[in-house]
Amino acid sequence: MLYREAGDFKTSYQKDSQTFPLKFDRMGYWTVMVVAFLVVPFVINDYWANAVAVPFLIYAIAALGLNILTGYAGQVSLGTGGFMAVGAYACYKLMTMFPEVSMLVHVVLAGGITALVGVLFGLPSLRIKGFYLAVATLAAQFFLVWLFNKVPWFYNYSASGQINAPERTVFGIIVTGPNTEAWAKYLFCLIFVVVLAWIARNLTRGMTGRKWMAIRDMDIAAEIIGVNPLMAKLTAFAVSSFFVGIAGALFFSIYLGAAEVGEAFGIQKSFLILFMIIIGGLGSIFGSFAGAAFMVLMPVFLKNVLVGGLGWPTDLAAHLEFIIVGGLIVVFLILEPHGLAQLWRLTKEKLRLWPFPH
Amino acid sequence: MNMKKIAAASVAALMVGTPVLADLVFPSLSYRTGPYAAGGIPYADGYSDYFTLLNERDGGIGGAAIQVIECETGYNTEKGVECYESTKGQGALVYNPLSTGITYQLIPKATADNIPLYTPGYGRTSAANGKVFSHVFNFPANYWNAASLAVNHLLAENGGDLNGKSVALVYHNSAYGKEPIRTLEGLAEKHGFKLTAIPVDHPGQEQKSQWLQIRREKPDYVLMWGWGVMNQVAIQEAANIRFPMENFVGVWWSGGDHDVAPAGESATGYKAVTFHAVGSDFPVFDDIQKHVVETGKAAGAGDNIGKAIYNRGVYAAMLMAEAVSKAQEIHGTPDITAAMMRDGMEALEITDARMAELGMGGFGPAFSVSCENHGGPGTGAIQQWDGAAGTWSLISEFGGSDMDVIQPLIDADSAAYAAENNIEAGCN
Amino acid sequence: MPDQLLFAIEVTMNGLMAGVLYALVALGFVLIFKASGIFNYAQGVMALFAAMTLVGIQNGQVPFAHLINAVFGTEVHHFGWHVPAILAILLTACVMVLFAWIVERYVLKHLVGQPDIILFMATIGLAYFMEGFGDLMWGADIKKLDVGLPQGGSFWLEENTAWLGGEGFYGFFIDKLDMVATVVAAILVASLVAFSQYTKQGRAMRAVADDHQAALSVGVSLRFIWVLVWSLAGFVALVAGIMWGAKSGVQFSLSLIALKALPVLMLGGFTSIPGAIVGGLIIGVGEKLFEFLIGAPFLGGATENWFAYMLALLFLVFRPQGLFGEKIIERV
Repeated sequence: MLYREAGDFKTSYQKDSQTFPLKFDRMGYWTVMVVAFLVVPFVINDYWANAVAVPFLIYAIAALGLNILTGYAGQVSLGTGGFMAVGAYACYKLMTMFPEVSMLVHVVLAGGITALVGVLFGLPSLRIKGFYLAVATLAAQFFLVWLFNKVPWFYNYSASGQINAPERTVFGIIVTGPNTEAWAKYLFCLIFVVVLAWIARNLTRGMTGRKWMAIRDMDIAAEIIGVNPLMAKLTAFAVSSFFVGIAGALFFSIYLGAAEVGEAFGIQKSFLILFMIIIGGLGSIFGSFAGAAFMVLMPVFLKNVLVGGLGWPTDLAAHLEFIIVGGLIVVFLILEPHGLAQLWRLTKEKLRLWPFPH
Repeated sequence: MNMKKIAAASVAALMVGTPVLADLVFPSLSYRTGPYAAGGIPYADGYSDYFTLLNERDGGIGGAAIQVIECETGYNTEKGVECYESTKGQGALVYNPLSTGITYQLIPKATADNIPLYTPGYGRTSAANGKVFSHVFNFPANYWNAASLAVNHLLAENGGDLNGKSVALVYHNSAYGKEPIRTLEGLAEKHGFKLTAIPVDHPGQEQKSQWLQIRREKPDYVLMWGWGVMNQVAIQEAANIRFPMENFVGVWWSGGDHDVAPAGESATGYKAVTFHAVGSDFPVFDDIQKHVVETGKAAGAGDNIGKAIYNRGVYAAMLMAEAVSKAQEIHGTPDITAAMMRDGMEALEITDARMAELGMGGFGPAFSVSCENHGGPGTGAIQQWDGAAGTWSLISEFGGSDMDVIQPLIDADSAAYAAENNIEAGCN
Repeated sequence: MPDQLLFAIEVTMNGLMAGVLYALVALGFVLIFKASGIFNYAQGVMALFAAMTLVGIQNGQVPFAHLINAVFGTEVHHFGWHVPAILAILLTACVMVLFAWIVERYVLKHLVGQPDIILFMATIGLAYFMEGFGDLMWGADIKKLDVGLPQGGSFWLEENTAWLGGEGFYGFFIDKLDMVATVVAAILVASLVAFSQYTKQGRAMRAVADDHQAALSVGVSLRFIWVLVWSLAGFVALVAGIMWGAKSGVQFSLSLIALKALPVLMLGGFTSIPGAIVGGLIIGVGEKLFEFLIGAPFLGGATENWFAYMLALLFLVFRPQGLFGEKIIERV
């Protein structure tokens, strides 16, 4: 009954086109923000930060990035893992070359470097379309992983090729390395998530986003109405890779602390992030978060219930986990083919009318 | 999707899930699923069965009961983090993750949390330097010892002279597979043999190029650093090109029973380096059969006893149990903490008499650990596969490795790590 | 002839053989994509599942043994019988038909008319499900697959070609298993083509591939065709599982062979059976020759994975719809 437009009068165009037109939604949004920034950091412990919150936030960034490319601009990409590796290795090289510079700068620069690489591998998209485009990004995926494995300069000539994140700070607070407090990790990632989500939201509802969507819906038609496909596709690749690169940098430096390119950034990662945005909802900011939450939290949750709660043997639980996640994906699709975001949208529609739907 | 519901439910699940704190907690970060399950299952079974045996037969260690918490990682580093975080609060004494990736990641974390890591025959080799890696132990032998042991075996076969011989290294193209390259390069220079490194990408289902290359170049010997499906395919391909199996030597992780089984009898003669004995001909296995398998308390189906990787799990568990005894002795309490466990591991001393007492006489070397040397003696032997009988047998004595080549490499690599992470050398 | 040239010929021949094995995997993708427009992500897991089932039936393993033992506290593992290979293959084929029927009945039927990406997603769910289900049913340990296929190089060929080169040349090496795979693949493709050309069901299948709506309107049962196609894909998966599993044993990594089929599909086009074969051959020869000529000597090896995609990319830049793909006609 609280969920109504009624009584919420807009007096300017700006207000009319805001992200959350309903007062209740706005309040919900601010509550989430206040809780995320002012409550969670004080109560979070190592388990919740490392096993739940940090991976969720980082995957959300990666999903946002891929959603810009695939969901908004319609360019299928299976190179997300490779681009994350670029972010991670760029971050590692920067961290070891300039130890005194703030991590914020390193992470953003890592994103920038990834954007350049992304544009390079995005060039074939001008010629190859649809599912066939995946081959270009797959080539990027396998080539980049091979490159980082092969060239010792990238891993500072260590014996095994593993990279380790040394201790680095932001404004004197340790954010990487083993002595990082749980809240510092969490807040560092949260800041990136909020800023990037805000950028993504505003890009996608502005002219750039409209161009992307025009290309996605039909590129020839878009070209005829004056959208430059070269610019639109390449900006999509650049922005998307920037996001993904930041996710990769955070993934390595904040979350894992040590990484090996084939294991951490292999083809499985590319598929995982693609699954996130499809389950969450293509072309939806909320969907990126929902999809990341589903794919990250569901297995942890199931594991805790099956092994911790019911005391099953771990291997049986792991098999059941796969069965349940797979089954849930199918069930969701049958119930609502357009992802969790659409389910959320429908719920909101229903809520507006509740309790008098007729 | 209601996030709050999930969160609430997982909180509830966590609350229910926290078991009653036992006295001695050993988390077992195992992998019984995923691409490397074939190696993960017997190891986890062995590790867990030995502790169950101690509980059933002796009532724990020094009167304190043991609890093994299994956590499935699927050889995945991210799940490894989750497992580490979820078990460390339950009084975990020592971690043994059986994964190079997870080990690298846990080294700084566990050190900061004051929990020891035990990585026998895997993980970061330079962790043998206890001055830099205060909480990591990899006794009795590591990858670089394995490389040297394999070369020693080749030396012994050639009357001590490998001059002009050629050796190919077929390796898993990952951190794990790249480990022995520097040692082998050092040894190649010292003994004058020619080394060719041939990488195989994960997972290693298709190795035709690599084995055609070996067939063309005809190296005198092939060494292998493989894991997972790569082992089975490599051994099959070696048999296919009729490479003499006696000249094919794998590291211990390429020396499991499941690695040679698919190739059947054509794998006969294949060798692998090992740091412990093979077979089930030890009194301890009779005890496991009697107290664990027959009472239905075995971690697996009980059919892995005596297999090479199972034995490795038992051996690791035995060394950890001995370290607990040592820690109890040092600190005078049966109820030890992770910090005490570390002291126990550092003071660990294994004698032949003690091994015989445990029903494992001659199972592994006698050695002692010190603050400087966390790597043990670095001894090992060569095992050979008999396809008809379906068993491994030791064909050499336990021998030492060439520390003249290995020690400088360990010092250099650990120094680089110390410099990168601002670690001051301990043990003064 | 100089040895280097002979080696290049040997690498090319082995590349062709490897290409046939890739094509076997790709074939399953093409069948389903052609008839229903679904990119079946679960194809690799189907190969694993089929091979596991085959070994399980052959050795008389009790399905779900671990689960049963954990729940009821029993100790059952084996029935104690041994099924002959041919019978086990037939039984496994039946299991794959049953699987196809279940997929159609409980998944696809509910998703008729949805966009391709949704159907793709459903197969991802299916892949997850089967990965867990297969392991739960037959256990995750490695199993030896023995249906009497030959192993090892062909000595006859080796001995009779050794005279071609000098001291360093032993004669051409070709794996007997690869030869069998080539013959099997040829029979498989021939019978698939014959089936789709000369039988009523086959023609119905092609009709559906051409135009769903039109096929429906002339009385072709779409649901029957889908079961048929998924069964065929299941059978192809079984064959691929046997060929790959014979070398490495049946284990989880078998499901990753799908990755080897991706560049083949991109190159050959998703909709063409000859495309899958030719694409497989090009990728097989291309990656092996590149590794031989450039990868191993100059780049430190292990280049095959990315080179396969680079090669496919090169072809696509000139022919964006794949070698044999249907011409993309765009209208506004």
